[in-house]
Amino acid sequence: MKEGYKLIYQKPKTLRKKRMHYCPGCFHATTHKLTMEVVEELGIQEKTIGVCPVGCSVFAYDYMDVDMQEAAHGRAAAVATGIKRMHPDKIVFSYQGDGDLAAIGTAETIHACNRGENFTFIFINNGIYGMTGGQMAPTTLEGQKTTTSPYGRDPKKVGLPLKMCEIVSQFDAVAYVERVSCNTPANARKAKRAIKKAFEYQIQGLGTTFIEVASNCPSGWKCTPEESLEWLKEKVFPYYPLGIFKNPEEK
Amino acid sequence: MSEIKLMKGNEALAEAAIRAGLQGYFGYPITPQSEVMEYLALEEPKHNYVLLQAESEVAAVNMMYGAGGAGARVMTTTSSPGFSLMQEGISYIACAQIPCLFANIVRGGPGLGTIQSSQSDYFQATKGGGHGDYHLIVLAPNSVQEMVDHVYLGFKLADKYRSPAMLLSDGAIGQMMEKVQLPSPIEYKPDKPWATVGKKSGQERNYLTSLYIQPEEMEEKNIELQAKFKKIEENEVRFEEYKTNDAEIIIVSFGLSSRISKKSVDMAREAGLKVGLFRPITVWPFPANKIADIAARKQVKFFISVEMNAGQMLEDVKLAVNGKKPVYFYGRMGGIIPTPKEILTAVQERSRS
Amino acid sequence: MLEEMVFAGFGGQGVLSMGTILAYAAMKEGKNVSWMPSYGPEMRGGTANCMVNISDKEISSPIVNEYDIAVVLNLPSLHKFEPKIKQNGILIWESSTIKEKPKRKDIKTYDIPAINIAAEKLKNVKVMNMVVLGALLQINSDLVKKESVLLALKETLPERHHDLIPLNEKALILGGELVKQ
Repeated sequence: MKEGYKLIYQKPKTLRKKRMHYCPGCFHATTHKLTMEVVEELGIQEKTIGVCPVGCSVFAYDYMDVDMQEAAHGRAAAVATGIKRMHPDKIVFSYQGDGDLAAIGTAETIHACNRGENFTFIFINNGIYGMTGGQMAPTTLEGQKTTTSPYGRDPKKVGLPLKMCEIVSQFDAVAYVERVSCNTPANARKAKRAIKKAFEYQIQGLGTTFIEVASNCPSGWKCTPEESLEWLKEKVFPYYPLGIFKNPEEK
Repeated sequence: MSEIKLMKGNEALAEAAIRAGLQGYFGYPITPQSEVMEYLALEEPKHNYVLLQAESEVAAVNMMYGAGGAGARVMTTTSSPGFSLMQEGISYIACAQIPCLFANIVRGGPGLGTIQSSQSDYFQATKGGGHGDYHLIVLAPNSVQEMVDHVYLGFKLADKYRSPAMLLSDGAIGQMMEKVQLPSPIEYKPDKPWATVGKKSGQERNYLTSLYIQPEEMEEKNIELQAKFKKIEENEVRFEEYKTNDAEIIIVSFGLSSRISKKSVDMAREAGLKVGLFRPITVWPFPANKIADIAARKQVKFFISVEMNAGQMLEDVKLAVNGKKPVYFYGRMGGIIPTPKEILTAVQERSRS
Repeated sequence: MLEEMVFAGFGGQGVLSMGTILAYAAMKEGKNVSWMPSYGPEMRGGTANCMVNISDKEISSPIVNEYDIAVVLNLPSLHKFEPKIKQNGILIWESSTIKEKPKRKDIKTYDIPAINIAAEKLKNVKVMNMVVLGALLQINSDLVKKESVLLALKETLPERHHDLIPLNEKALILGGELVKQ
C-alpha cells in the first residue's frame, strides 16, 4: 500500500477475482461477500465445502474460493448431507434460493432439518424465480404479479407464501434459525453476524443452522434497486418479519 | 481371509460392499432389495461406514453425489421404480464424474408393476437412463457369487474411470441363496485429488459441476466424456461363452435368464441340437465385436435373445449381428421367469421353421 | 447327482427354514446349492415356497422344469406342485391337515402326519418342519447326512435358540421312524 494511504476496506481473500453476473442491486452479491467474509474471519477456508443450487446463484462456485459442489435443482440439502456425513469435521453450507429450497426441494429441506444435519442453510428468499425470468415462487406474496401470476398471486388457487423459518424452527434438531436482510448497512452487518453465529454453532456441533435472507430481485420485480428496498420494507417484512426464530443460547 | 457362506444375493452384495471398503450408503427401502440396507444397518456398529436412510430415492442419489464428490466410496441400491427416481441424480453424477456404485435389483414394470423378478430395465441401464449423452458401466451378475465379485469390480471400475457403475441384477438373484466365497476385506485408500474435501492452501479450489452454459464448453465436456466411454468400450468388455465353439444356434442372454438358458443348452445338446450360450457380463459396454465374430462363423444359423422383458437387449444383439444371421427373441414379462424347457421349446421351434 | 426340490406350505410353517437348513447342510458337505424363495406378500400368512437344488456339479439354472422331490404342507401347495413332479419322483405331504389324497400313480407318495406328531409327541408344533425333514432324509439318504443337518441347525439358529436343538434332533428322528414304519 502506498504511503499515506490507510486501508479501510478490502474484498475478502475468500472471494475469487471474478466479475459477478448478478443484476445491479441484487442481494446475492452482498450475501456472497458476507458469507466469504465469515469464512475468512473464522479461518476456515481450507475446511469449508459449499453447495450451490439451481437458480441465480448456480455459479456461486465461480465466486466463492472454497471447495464447492453444484447440486441438482432442490437437492442441495441432500448433497450437503452426503458431504457432512462423510466429513463431520468440515464446515458445510448450502446456498439456495426459494424455488430451490422451498418448492422443488422442500422434502430434502424438511428432512435434513428434522434430522438435524449439522450444516448451515443460507436461504435467499426473493419471492420470485429470478434465473428463469420472473415466475411465481413458493414465497411470492399474495397479490404479487409475476410472469406466471400476471394478475397477482391468488391464494385460493396456489396457497399463501411459505414461511420457511417458521416451519423449520419447529424441529427439535434445528439449532438456530434467523431471518435477516441486507436492505440497510445495519441489516447487512446483522446478516453477517447471523451467518457467523450459524457457522460457529455448526463448529460446536449443535445441529442444523438456518439463515433466511429476505432478499430483493429488482429485475424480476420490475423495479429499480431503490424501489426494491421500499417494497421489502412495505410488503415483505410485514409478512416475513426479521428476527431470531430459534436460538440455541435460549435453550 | 476369504470365507464360504450360504447367503442371499442382497445380503452378499451388502457384505461385499463392506469388505470392499464401503464408506457411505444412502438408500430408501423398496422390495425386493430392502435386505441390503437391513444387513448394513445390523453390521453398522462393527464398521466405520456411514449409513443413512434417506427420505426418498431422489434424496439418496443426491447424498451419493455429495458424499462421492467428497471422495468417499459410496453405494446405493434400489429396485426399478426407485431407480427411475434416481435418474436425474445419475445424469448429474455422470457429468460431474463422481465415482459411485448403484445396484438395481430389478422388478417387473412399468409403473408400480410387480415385486417379482424381471429384466425390463435393460434400456434404462444401458442407454443412459437420464437426460444427456452418458453411460454407466453396467455389470449383470447371474449368481450370488457374482453379486459379490461385481461389487468389487464395480467400485474398482468406478474409481478407475471416475464414472458411476452399476449392477443390473434382479429380484430372484437378490432373494436367492447360494454358496458364496467372500473375498478378504480390503483397506480402501482413495486417491481422489479432485474431491471437494476443503481447498488446499496455495492450490486452486476444487468444484464439481455439470453446468457448462456456453455450448462450446458443454461440447468440450461431452467430447471428454465420449473419449472416456470409448476407452471403457475398448478395455472393459466382459462376457462368457458356453459351448459356442461348434454351435449352430446361439442363445444370447444376460443375468438370471443366462443361468436358465445354460440348462436349456444342455437339454438341447442331449436332444441333438448344437446350441451354445453367449452371455454378456458387461451389458454396457456391450460385447458387440465378439457377437459379430460369432455371427461370421459359417456354421452359425441363427441367434435367439432370451430375456425377461419384451426384447430390449435384442436391439443390441441385432446391431452386433448386423444382418449377417437372423436374430430371434424369446422372453417372458411382468415378473414371470421362464423355465429351461420353455426356452428349449422356443429354440426348437425356430430351428424347425 | 442333481436333486431339484420344492418345499411349500403356509407362511409360518417353516418351509423356508426347512429348505435353508437342507441347503446349508449340503453346502457343508461341499456340494453346490441354490435356494430360491417365493417372496412378497405371501411371507405374511399366504402360501410360501422355496426351490432347493443340490448338486455335486455346478448348478446351471436355479429355476427348474419339474421337481425330483416336492414337500407340501398345505392343500393349495399340493394342488400346485403335484403336477410338477418328475415321473418316479417323490411327494411328501402333511397328512394331519391335508384331507385330500394325491392323485398321481407315477410318483412315490409319503403321507407324514407331522403336525400331529409334533403336537402330541414333542409338545411343540413348531418343529413340525423338522419331522418332515427327518422323513425326507430317511426316504432319500443320499441328500445329506443327519450330522450335517445338526451342524446346519447349530450354525443357522441364533445362539439364544440353541436350547431347542435337542428338540429339533428328536423331531428329525421321529420323522425318520415314521418312514421306516
